[in-house]
Amino acid sequence: MARTALRRLLPHPALTLILILVWAILNSSLSLGTIVFGAILGILIPQATVAYWPDVPRGIRFGKLVSYTLLVIWDILVANVQVAWIVMTKTNAKMKSTWVNIPLDIKTPEAITMLAGTITLTPGTVSADLSDEGHCLLVHALDADDADAVRDDIKQRYEARLKEIFE
Amino acid sequence: MMSPEVFADYALMIAFVAVSVSQLLAMVRLVIGPGAGDRILALDTMVINGIGLIVLVGLYQGTQVYFEAALIFAMLGFVSTVAYARFLLRGDIIE
Amino acid sequence: MTGFADILIGLSLLIGALFTFVGSFGLLKLDMPMKRLHGPTKAGTLGIGALLMAAMIDSFLSGHGTIQHILIMAFLFVTAPISALFIAKVHIHTGTCQKPPQPSEDSQWATKAVVDTQET
Repeated sequence: MARTALRRLLPHPALTLILILVWAILNSSLSLGTIVFGAILGILIPQATVAYWPDVPRGIRFGKLVSYTLLVIWDILVANVQVAWIVMTKTNAKMKSTWVNIPLDIKTPEAITMLAGTITLTPGTVSADLSDEGHCLLVHALDADDADAVRDDIKQRYEARLKEIFE
Repeated sequence: MMSPEVFADYALMIAFVAVSVSQLLAMVRLVIGPGAGDRILALDTMVINGIGLIVLVGLYQGTQVYFEAALIFAMLGFVSTVAYARFLLRGDIIE
Repeated sequence: MTGFADILIGLSLLIGALFTFVGSFGLLKLDMPMKRLHGPTKAGTLGIGALLMAAMIDSFLSGHGTIQHILIMAFLFVTAPISALFIAKVHIHTGTCQKPPQPSEDSQWATKAVVDTQET
């Protein structure tokens, strides 16, 4: 009983923590008043929005999420230098931009959202669309010799890790 | 060999010039188009460059008062980009 | 110590200026609508990230240190993929890009599927 009551009070515990953190950073103070008001916001906002996000993700491995985030930040830095080099040096005719079709193994909406965001932020690829039943991701590559290589790289580097984190 | 303060000042000037030129380049793309999608993308880029200019002005004047302006600019820019795109996709923003 | 922080601020500013410029330059130079998406969404966000980093170091240098700028950075990094996705959907919807290949598993891409149901 206590567990269901707690779940009703805090539908998204992680969201509550993030809201308190954001409120503290926004006020750039760690006083008691800030934390208490942040906690009030952190309880009210998830309850007001739970109707739009009913399926709470469970069993996320936060340790792996942190290492995944660090990997993505590193990839963003490397990728930006690569894309900047391609944009500045290659002529338009020499760039081979293609569509890449990625069949998805992950099923939860949160994992697919993370994958699409990661793809857009990293090397020369933008996620453009999802198939109507959510089993395929359409990706546009700026300069790729081989579409299959891009697909395999994304599947091994990001999707496998996200599958471990979310499922 | 210049002192670190002078180096930072020069870097600030270079950053002002680069971001302003970027703003002009994005504006050229906004004018020449050719499609509606390109114009939305150009507006999005101009918002991002505008945030950069606000941050640089805050650095130049040495105050923190421009932080809120930059944050609100970022939020409004995102919402307006999504609203434009949504209007083109559905012909309606709120269904 | 102050000198080192000043050099750090200068370097962040130069990196931010370079990437912001590359983003907008790519927007103007590239010739196809889908290619143009790549410049601003990546180079732009990292450029602004570096400029915000410089502002953050400067705030610590001038005494009243704050990490508020992290919020703008996080917000931009979360929203940039969503803006890019919506603009890509506009390109697919209006047909201003090459026609994408058929998905390998389901029947159609989501953007096209909406168009089909409206027509029938």
